[in-house]
Amino acid sequence: MSGWYAVAPLIVAVAAAAATTLAHAAPRTQRALSLGGAFALLLAAVALMDAVWRGGMIVVQSSNWAAPFGITLAVDTFGAVMTLIAAITGAACLTFAIPEIEERHRRAWFHPLSHVLLLGVCGAFITGDLFNLYVWFEVMLIASFGLMTIGGTKAQTDGAVKYVSLNLVATLLFLLAVGLLYGMTGTLNYADLARTIPTVGNTGVLTAAAMLLMAAFGMKAAVFPLFFWLPAAYHTPLVSVSAVFAGLLTKVGVYALIRAFTLLFTHDVGWTHQILLWVSGLTMITGVLGAAAQSEMRRILSWHIISQIGYMVMGLALYTPLAIVGSVFYLVHHIVVKANLFLIAGVAARLAGSMELKKIGGLYRAAPLLGVLFFIPAFSLAGFPPLSGFWAKLILVRAALEDREWWIAAAALVTGLLTIYSMTKIWGEAFWKPHPRGDGAAAPLAAAPAAMLAPIVALAACTIAIGLFAQPFWIVAERAAAELLDPAAYAAAVLGRLP
Amino acid sequence: MLIAVLAPFAAAGFAPLLVRLLGDRAGLVLAIVPAATFVWLLSRLPEATPGVLEATPWVPGLDVALDFSLDGLSLIFALLISGIGTLIVLYAGGYLKGHPMLGRFFLFLMMFMGAMQGVVLSDNVITLFVFWELTSLASYLLVGFESDRPAARRAALQALLITGSGGLALLAGLVMLAEAGGSWRISDLTGAGAWIQDDPLYRPILILVVLGCFTKSAQWPFHSWLPGAMQAPTPVSAYLHSATMVKAGVYLLARLDPALGGSPEWLWILTGIGGLTMLMGVVFALLETDLKLVLAWTTVSALGTLVFLLGPTHEPGVKAAMAFLLVHALYKGALFMAAGNVDHEAGTRDLTRLGGLMRTMPVTFAAAAVACVSMAGLPFGLGWVAKELIGAAKIALEDEFGITVIAATLTNLMLFCVAAIVATVPFTGRTSEAAAHAHEAPWPMLAGPVMLAALGLVFGMAPNLIAEPLIAAATTAVIGRKATLEIVLFKAFDWKFLLTLATFVAGAALFLLWRRSAAGWRASLNPVLDRGPDRGYDQVMRGLAALAAWQTRIWQPGLLHRYMAASFAVVTLAGAASLTRGEMRLNLDFDGGRLIEWAVFAVTAASALVAALATTRLLAVTALGMLGLGVAMIFMLFGAPDLAITQFMVETLVVVILALVLIRLPGFRLSAGGARPRWLYAGISAGTGALVTLLLLGVLAEPFDPRLSEWFGRAAVPEAFGHNIVNVILVDFRALDTLGEIIVVFAAALAALAAIGIGARTRA
Repeated sequence: MSGWYAVAPLIVAVAAAAATTLAHAAPRTQRALSLGGAFALLLAAVALMDAVWRGGMIVVQSSNWAAPFGITLAVDTFGAVMTLIAAITGAACLTFAIPEIEERHRRAWFHPLSHVLLLGVCGAFITGDLFNLYVWFEVMLIASFGLMTIGGTKAQTDGAVKYVSLNLVATLLFLLAVGLLYGMTGTLNYADLARTIPTVGNTGVLTAAAMLLMAAFGMKAAVFPLFFWLPAAYHTPLVSVSAVFAGLLTKVGVYALIRAFTLLFTHDVGWTHQILLWVSGLTMITGVLGAAAQSEMRRILSWHIISQIGYMVMGLALYTPLAIVGSVFYLVHHIVVKANLFLIAGVAARLAGSMELKKIGGLYRAAPLLGVLFFIPAFSLAGFPPLSGFWAKLILVRAALEDREWWIAAAALVTGLLTIYSMTKIWGEAFWKPHPRGDGAAAPLAAAPAAMLAPIVALAACTIAIGLFAQPFWIVAERAAAELLDPAAYAAAVLGRLP
Repeated sequence: MLIAVLAPFAAAGFAPLLVRLLGDRAGLVLAIVPAATFVWLLSRLPEATPGVLEATPWVPGLDVALDFSLDGLSLIFALLISGIGTLIVLYAGGYLKGHPMLGRFFLFLMMFMGAMQGVVLSDNVITLFVFWELTSLASYLLVGFESDRPAARRAALQALLITGSGGLALLAGLVMLAEAGGSWRISDLTGAGAWIQDDPLYRPILILVVLGCFTKSAQWPFHSWLPGAMQAPTPVSAYLHSATMVKAGVYLLARLDPALGGSPEWLWILTGIGGLTMLMGVVFALLETDLKLVLAWTTVSALGTLVFLLGPTHEPGVKAAMAFLLVHALYKGALFMAAGNVDHEAGTRDLTRLGGLMRTMPVTFAAAAVACVSMAGLPFGLGWVAKELIGAAKIALEDEFGITVIAATLTNLMLFCVAAIVATVPFTGRTSEAAAHAHEAPWPMLAGPVMLAALGLVFGMAPNLIAEPLIAAATTAVIGRKATLEIVLFKAFDWKFLLTLATFVAGAALFLLWRRSAAGWRASLNPVLDRGPDRGYDQVMRGLAALAAWQTRIWQPGLLHRYMAASFAVVTLAGAASLTRGEMRLNLDFDGGRLIEWAVFAVTAASALVAALATTRLLAVTALGMLGLGVAMIFMLFGAPDLAITQFMVETLVVVILALVLIRLPGFRLSAGGARPRWLYAGISAGTGALVTLLLLGVLAEPFDPRLSEWFGRAAVPEAFGHNIVNVILVDFRALDTLGEIIVVFAAALAALAAIGIGARTRA
């Protein structure tokens, strides 16, 4: 019975994609179905989280074929948390999209593609099978390509080509790694892989295959030095689209990295996780420096995605219980904050006329409430207490210091400082500085549709809630981390106890 | 105590609403909050004992709790925060009368007040840090309050970045301190001093914590943000940037003195940097013409003095520091507010344009003059008392630090001169043009300076009112054993007294000299002094921007082929390096191969080579098609006919469609794409190919586990009712994958439709 909780988000997303396609000729109906679908997904995700929290990991064998022969869906706390946060982001961004998208965007299949994207994201979090994960990655990739080109500007096409080409490389590597692993272990099921991998004798080849997978997921996650596609593409699409991307896509890569390098590949932690540690440090620093060089809001924010991915990978790389808690906490905090910042940038550009910081200003006077709404996620991103990002950073820094990994702690802290620099750049230019075209050039907040502000307010409230009442979130993250560090329990839940 | 901390935050939330309802009178209402706190704190005066008084769990998982404790040290700071806070809120209502953003101002100010109370009352290192950072944030918003001016924005950012970087060091230091001391409670840590100082990480911890404190308390070379922060409205300068926030670093040093202090490192760092800051600040004060900047530099000097006094970790030093803390807060608060009145009423605070204000602004003048008595250390001011205690502290040090006595005496001398300047230049002499239209400030703007100046005078004459309950209690908290203090105003007519008198005389002489030749000093010294840390800050920022731009050009040149090459190179290197990390058995059994296999191999390899070397797009596409067909042949040869057929169809269609598209495109030849490093790319390709080959040979060396395929074979007919195993896998065993792929095709179709649709419209 509990299996339905795991399947429900997928069914809801498929149904929403189908329904919005069928209702394409009736814009109002399509819009209602799309929103309905997004909130139904949110409900399904809440129910899933609740079920997992109460009853522990949910395992479903699709079509009732026993593992490892069929495809297993397996949702532990981490998967449920990610599904929930994805659904929250989806609902927020689709609500924002209602006033944003124009008829021509709608006609370019915005709604069905959005639901396909959410399907892919949720599928990736719910599956317990490596090849099935590959399929969900493809679903995400093609849907995101479609969404990215809506609008059809030259910059979008250019960005989308780079995005797709480089992501296809990742896909290729992923597929290659899956094939190699299958050849060595004869299985694709996560749990079965977790049990079989330690028996593989050809450890060098195994580690190399793990590296291919690391590269594939790392590319999706946009880590150093495989992040090229992200800054090339993320500033071009519709605001709601870029917010979903910013919140979710790279995080699926991080999720996959965490899953793979806690459940599957822990046979040579001194090598794989050490590489991850270097990667995370360099990702943080290059990302944040990249942001410092930008002067367009979404470009700044895009580079910051990269640098923040570094923090999440850092937790995985340190591979201590506290550090994994940090990664999980960071993921949740970051998705909320980053999606929100893209949405806010969209509103700011709408009110002041541009995403280019040089061309705008005066929002502090014209729209003080937007200032408050920006300040919350921006300073949370920079790790200012008592907002959510502070706890995330504190956990990771503490984990690094306890582990005596001084330089990564230093990198994390310096990155925090440079993040402040970037966020204050947006604040100083877009809000404090007078508008270059004089007073009155920036419109008041009332000029923005309520449907755009509602999700921003809701997400900001999440950020504050995580900040002020961090303990419940800590408990969830701690349980998720404890499960992640117990692959035997995961395998037992899927395959039954070892004889 | 939780309420004392949270009440200002709540008030901050309501402040904009209050201002909307009550206008300028909102300040009167808001002042109730700090006033009530002040009264409550006074009521706790007799029983302020160390130890946790209130504990509320916050994030137990991270050992973070809202633990608050109130001892003598917390109390003296908390009294200053709430007491001066009350006066400042009143004052700000007058100073910013009618300002359109008064609501926001009070919001930030009250937020700061709560945060600052939190800093001095917290007994948990993380909670303390949370409030610490909040004060930086409030300071940022308040310094940049007049955000239309670029100077204000720059100063706000500079303050935030400098204190923020110190804050990050502090965070690391506090975490390491808690780990070393085995507790996240400050009151536990202060008892674990010996243990902490034996820790191998003691020096890093000390440096990190000190960095946090020094940036916050504007010690050299991090001081440059403090004069910059004078861009803030005067109530902010008076409150944050002289009386309270900048003393947070001093507070934390005093607080952690039992845990970290007493070592030679502590002594040298604090005494050295503190002494340098003390001397530097007052020299710079003499060179300024802006009244607020003069005061700011003396604040820098005072902060240096406080740090300097905490260096030796002995009772006289701590006593002197606590007394001077109080003295400075009283006179500097009064002087800043007086300076604000001058600025507000006369429209300028430039010393060279002010004069004669004592006639139009007598109350302000009186307050400033009395405060200056204290600042100069003249008898009957509280400054005299502090100076006596500082003298005692210096003498306790004398045998080791002769030079510090000289530094402190020089500082005193110059401080006397600055006091003379502040008390006389704007108020006496010929009435300047600016002063001609000035009026006395309204009462809320007078209450503050008058009250603070008067308190300085009262305590100066009856110092024992505060000696025991405040100064000795605070000292007890810092040194960890009972301290007592009785102050005798005039001890004896000895050489020390003569030295004091000599200082006064020399200070007065310096003042006369200053009147005559200050302009000349400025002209000759300012170009040199401009090369200080403030310029350094600009250079760091420029360097940062250049570094960022440079590295972004490297990582993001915008060329897809570079990105591709880099990605493959990284993967190949990582994979190859990993191969060496463990066993690498390769299956090298080669049976010679059939002729047809060789033929297919030759075709495939040749097409790959042609595709790589092709100079026209059409040729490249055709060659890739050939390559695909070759791969299909391989499928065919190794028993996957379904797959081969699919592959044939796909490859054929792709070539046809691409060819149709390509012949309609203008640029038929492949562009060189600039200087493309062909040999490098060839090397990367070869490396990637070699890696994949090695991996495949490695996989083949591993015995294949056929569980799945055997089970599929067994279960297909009886359980899934299908004779074609591939089909059964696709539509039953792994149907979910197929569903996913159908959705991929579906989404691709939608995207294609959209692309065609848009194309059609733009052409129409």
